[in-house]
Amino acid sequence: MTAQAHKLWHFNGGVHPEQHKDVSTREPIEFMRLPRLVVLPLSQHIGEHCEPLVKAGDNVNKGQVIARAPGYVSAAVHASTSGRVVTVEERPVPHPSGMSAPCIVIEPDGREYWGESRLPPIEDYLNADPVTLRNRVREAGIVGLGGAAFPSAVKLNPRTEQPIDTVILNGAECEPYITCDDMLMRERAAQVLDGLRIIMHVVKAGEAVIGIEDNKPEAYQDFCAALGGSDVDGIRVVQVPTLYPTGGEKQLIKVLTGREVPSQGLPIDVGMVCHNVGTAYAIYRAVAEGEPLISRIVTVTGGGTQNPRNFEVLLGTPVGDLIDAAGGYTPEAHRLVMGGPMMGFALSDDEVPVIKGTNCLLAATREETPATPPALPCIRCGACMRACPANLLPQQLYWFARARDFDKVQDYNLFDCIECGCCSYVCPSHIPLVQYYRFAKTEIWELERERRKADQARIRHEFRQERLEREKREKAEKLARKKAALAKKPEKADAEDPKKAAIQAALERVKAKKATAGVEPKNTSDLTPEQAAQIEAAEARRAHAREKADSEGND
Amino acid sequence: MRFRTVSSPHVTRTPGVGAIMRQVLYALVPGTAALVWYFGWGTLINLGIAVAAAVGFEALMLVIRRRPVQPALSDYSAVVTAWLLAIAIPPLSPWWLTVLGVFFAIVVAKQLYGGLGYNPFNPAMVGYVVLLISFPREMTTWLPVQSLAAHHFDLLQTAQIIFTGTPLHGLGWDAVSGATPLDQVKTQLGLGHTISEIRKNSLFGDFGGKGWEWIANWYFLGGVWLLYKRIITWQIPTAMLLSLGLLAGVFFLYDPDAFASPAFHIFSGGAMLGAFFIATDPVTASTTPRGQLIYGAGIGILTFVIRTWGGYPDAIAFAVLLMNMAAPTIDYYTQPRVFGHGGRE
Repeated sequence: MTAQAHKLWHFNGGVHPEQHKDVSTREPIEFMRLPRLVVLPLSQHIGEHCEPLVKAGDNVNKGQVIARAPGYVSAAVHASTSGRVVTVEERPVPHPSGMSAPCIVIEPDGREYWGESRLPPIEDYLNADPVTLRNRVREAGIVGLGGAAFPSAVKLNPRTEQPIDTVILNGAECEPYITCDDMLMRERAAQVLDGLRIIMHVVKAGEAVIGIEDNKPEAYQDFCAALGGSDVDGIRVVQVPTLYPTGGEKQLIKVLTGREVPSQGLPIDVGMVCHNVGTAYAIYRAVAEGEPLISRIVTVTGGGTQNPRNFEVLLGTPVGDLIDAAGGYTPEAHRLVMGGPMMGFALSDDEVPVIKGTNCLLAATREETPATPPALPCIRCGACMRACPANLLPQQLYWFARARDFDKVQDYNLFDCIECGCCSYVCPSHIPLVQYYRFAKTEIWELERERRKADQARIRHEFRQERLEREKREKAEKLARKKAALAKKPEKADAEDPKKAAIQAALERVKAKKATAGVEPKNTSDLTPEQAAQIEAAEARRAHAREKADSEGND
Repeated sequence: MRFRTVSSPHVTRTPGVGAIMRQVLYALVPGTAALVWYFGWGTLINLGIAVAAAVGFEALMLVIRRRPVQPALSDYSAVVTAWLLAIAIPPLSPWWLTVLGVFFAIVVAKQLYGGLGYNPFNPAMVGYVVLLISFPREMTTWLPVQSLAAHHFDLLQTAQIIFTGTPLHGLGWDAVSGATPLDQVKTQLGLGHTISEIRKNSLFGDFGGKGWEWIANWYFLGGVWLLYKRIITWQIPTAMLLSLGLLAGVFFLYDPDAFASPAFHIFSGGAMLGAFFIATDPVTASTTPRGQLIYGAGIGILTFVIRTWGGYPDAIAFAVLLMNMAAPTIDYYTQPRVFGHGGRE
């Protein structure tokens, strides 16, 4: 098998942060021991939140569905071990805001008992019905494990009008500390490849390209070995230059195929689908071994940990326990980041659990993640522009975001910003550019939400007005009908002359008032003679009643 | 364990603004040294006066504007401005001329607009143009290169001239000063001489003005350093020198006796300094790659036009300021194609 050189393309910009991959690749992946508690948030993915199926006191088996996905874009949550549900309540979850969200907390019983919860393995998966396989991925609660956590089954559902010709397998892993994909590729290349074959089969793609940054030669070699060459059966393993953010889905597709995913579009728009190597592995496990997504590989690294390495961790394991497994913090530990140093978010404490999207825990020292010096004015040097992989003008976006000119930031394509942080990384004035873009995005979403709310309120209001009007009309009609019925009865009040005179006087007054006011209630115009008569009679009765009340009050 | 939370990215590459400005200063050293070599100590003394004045004015303005003084001073931007102005004015300029120029550059053109990053015009060029318009005589009394000069002044004498305003030994200004090559071409052409006649004058070297051409070479070297260090990009200098050279070339071919050669245009006066050090000022230049090509070309064209038909022998400063005005508009119309936004594939 001769491997031809694979043509590569470029995207604009990108940066070369200092590499720290070797720190966590010295030891093989270790299985993290059972934690004291597992905390499983109901929402560990992009899309609709799950609905819990268990309550405090329930016993659950390993792999049991404990929260169900309510919609298409969602992913079920499974118990990562057997035990007793302690509580279902709000707990701090990994999120940049440090917010809390509903979680199912399980106290493991230590037995790791599956019961009937393991899904039946699909033996001959490459000949299985794609729908069956897709449903399996859905049942297994698999989401993209590269960090974005998008429900994978959705990506495996190509539309007939947009056929997929190529599957891109993302092994770029461009964040400078993360090695979980690297280690996975080294140790479990065969399973990852089988996962890829399942994906190809499901989306009916004839080809696949595996992109691996050239700072992971071992992973590349192991993949080639597992595949039996670098270009076999339409699957091609390709080394791409180490350049952050090559691991971005759209960037990787550009580098590997030259195709540019349209703005606001998806890879499917250019006939592709892109999955992370970890996701492919999880898909393999779900299909071939019937194991739902209950664990993942997490890199624990940085100068703030004693023994940096990769762990296979049960989802829901508290971050602190995982750090302990890596020997605990060093005295220099200064900042705790979930994800990589370029895009990860800082955690305020280690109480939060590992979730499906957790690829790395970086306990960094002050030297590794130094405090940013105070920001100086922008000198429009354009370094950010040259570094921007989306080809934006970050300096202009910054200017308009700061001025809260949200129309202008959108003119300058703010929503094409992937928040990779390259601009902040290179800014000589140390301006936290990405923060400004996040701010602008949130503000725009907020405005959008408010606008929608206002629209809804307006619609609601109009509905209400309409309803009130209708009710009034119906009431009036009912009244009129009743009146008509009453009118047929003999009037007994005729005898009393003073009252009749008073009624007459009131009627006169009303008429006079009508004449002077000039404005008539709309619903009294264009009336039939009968209706007019009815109304007049009603008015008279009303006036009569008023008179009566007045006189009674005077008594 | 509790940690501080900050927004990503958590790492940065940190050659700050100060480091960038320092690189610009390093890059200016060869050209400046050449200037001193050819025209004597005056430039060095001007440099001292200008830097001292710039730092002083900057600090004063920051205090008045109630801004922190230290970070702004340590960005070296005032020093760069002062330096550029000092090497642009005649070597024997009286001290007050330098101070006045720096005043307009730092106080008016920079700080009154909000300091570094907020000035729409290149401060050094504002200072220069104010001086040129207000003190045309002082600003055009250059020295002949030392090899042609009848009088040589040592450091002390130079200082005395600069600070007292009169040449020594009863010499008049006419005895010590001379026209720049660009000046010479302009006046002589005006008197009906042809370029080939004018170029017989000892003021001229192989392709530019004597001395000037070598100073230009050293500026070019500094410019290459800045390109290598990625402090500047190639677009502005290339576009500027190319457009100046091409335009000069067309006219030169059309009538070599009425129009100076492209090499003369590029290697005399402020063209090389302007191309690499002045037009590339990020704050006031265009920022988009295509915009920078237009911006640089605009400066080149305006320079040729003003030099050839305008009222001043050199035109870099005017050309730069005029294009400063156009920069925002250029930027607006030259936005790069955003990833995934169709267009060229």
